[in-house]
Amino acid sequence: MILVVLENQRGNIHAFSKEAVAAGQSLGSKLGMDVSILCLGENASSLKEQANDYKSKSLILAEHDMISAYSADGYSKVLSDVIKDVSPKYVIMGHSYMVRDFLPRVSAKLDIPFVSDIISVTYDGDSPIFARQVFNAKLATNIQPDSSSNTTLLSFQSAAFSSDEIELGGSDAVSVFEVSLNAEDIKSSSEPEFQESASGVDLTTADVIVSVGRGIESQDNIPMVESLAKAMGAEIASSRPVVDMGWLPSYRQVGSSGQSVSPNLYFSVGISGAIQHVVGMKGSKNIIAINKDEEAPIFEIADYAVIGDLMEIVPKLTEELQK
Amino acid sequence: MKIAVLTKAIPSYESSIRIDSSSTWIDESVVNFVVNESDSYALEEALQIKEKLDNGSEVVVVTMGSQDNTSKVLKDGLAKGADRAIFIQNEDSNTDPLSIAKLFSQNLKDENFDLVFSGLQSDDLGSGQTGVLIGELLGMSTATLGIETDIQDGKIKIKRELESGWFQWVTLPFPASVSIQSGINEPRYPSLKGIMGAKRKESKVIDGQLSDDPKQNFINLFVPKTEKATEKIEGDVDGIVAKLMDILKNKLRVIS
Repeated sequence: MILVVLENQRGNIHAFSKEAVAAGQSLGSKLGMDVSILCLGENASSLKEQANDYKSKSLILAEHDMISAYSADGYSKVLSDVIKDVSPKYVIMGHSYMVRDFLPRVSAKLDIPFVSDIISVTYDGDSPIFARQVFNAKLATNIQPDSSSNTTLLSFQSAAFSSDEIELGGSDAVSVFEVSLNAEDIKSSSEPEFQESASGVDLTTADVIVSVGRGIESQDNIPMVESLAKAMGAEIASSRPVVDMGWLPSYRQVGSSGQSVSPNLYFSVGISGAIQHVVGMKGSKNIIAINKDEEAPIFEIADYAVIGDLMEIVPKLTEELQK
Repeated sequence: MKIAVLTKAIPSYESSIRIDSSSTWIDESVVNFVVNESDSYALEEALQIKEKLDNGSEVVVVTMGSQDNTSKVLKDGLAKGADRAIFIQNEDSNTDPLSIAKLFSQNLKDENFDLVFSGLQSDDLGSGQTGVLIGELLGMSTATLGIETDIQDGKIKIKRELESGWFQWVTLPFPASVSIQSGINEPRYPSLKGIMGAKRKESKVIDGQLSDDPKQNFINLFVPKTEKATEKIEGDVDGIVAKLMDILKNKLRVIS
């Protein structure tokens, strides 16, 4: 049996969880296994309603006052208990920040493998092989978890599967898992989620984005890229290192911790293309990337790979655009 | 307050990454190893906590790997202000996060750290699991992606980064294992005095053996296939600019 676990994101099924349902169904049909869906903790009843149409063997509801808000302590304990009860061969989730926060604890509690951030699945006969990116996406690796393990935990990188592929048809059964938690199980306490200084810049609606990465080398060179953006009528954005250095404000950041964009043109300047950045922009319709490193992973998703020195190309291009 | 900071030597961004003849690892002879970026932020956060508390707190840098790759990492940590180092020497090619976390845990258990800090993930394997796994194995509270910390009343308060610009404060009792997001502070450079002093600090070497029964391992590394038909543009600057102008104007029509 395959168990897909849904994550709540402010009242709705997290987009990555929908992709996890598609991943679970795909694995299930390849391996001849049933798929069950677990609605866990925060907002579980509402998630169950939203997941009603997904084809599954059963929908399992696990609710309790002590996990009505997320905590790594509570979620890892309850999911471990569910796994002990239903013995799934695979447990599948999206590779979200919440999953990174608690799923390794399930791996350690139960002494089972957790293959994280998977980008694709191939099969060696009946045994699945999972691919993930390593060395900052310069390479990928195939991983085969220990087949003697009763259960393997899997998390899929966003867009490894598409939620459009979800098979509908509803669930054969609904069951309730009896959650057992004691006060001492949850040592942490948390405050409500909040958003910081919602600025006026909504990069998601921009038609053209010029985005700058660590290749810019110094804050003194930022105006050079700003001029290019202005000449192209584009919004300026950046990868994480530029924000970390304080060269651009955080609301300019594109990637898993920033905004996700899909403009008509994403013009990337000095960005290597780390996974955390690429997940936020790979949906762009056209991608031009300038980088002096011919092996920069950004070139794998670029339509136009400009191999050269941005310090020379950007001012000249700006000058041409201004003519 | 006794704080362990897990640091790792990883190939620098500029390093050329080539698959070796085993096809399960890279050719390390052509790689320049540096401190994993988010680990530098974790160390800085630990040093700042120690300086703020000023009550005999201790910061210990911990790393695992081969002597050749990691010696620089420990020296860097000690030079920046860590009080001592623990080096778990291990030449294995086992890449299983759980095996690695178990070896760390076995060797850190008796130290009874109040806090274990780690970078949110290593820029080589990138599993992002080690800190959380160790936390669970040692019975600690855990949190990830810390972007601000505050020690108060025998607890640590952590501002966790969530997705898409959202945040959340969580409070953990000690002992706790916390992974640190890059950008949380401004990592210091080692001072000359620090570099000189590092030589006199204790550096404990432990011969570590990873489990020969890993839960998962690399079958083979490969170069990712290009997802798109990518057109390469290179050559002299004038030629590149002319080509880009043509694409912007005639193909993508983003300028007139």
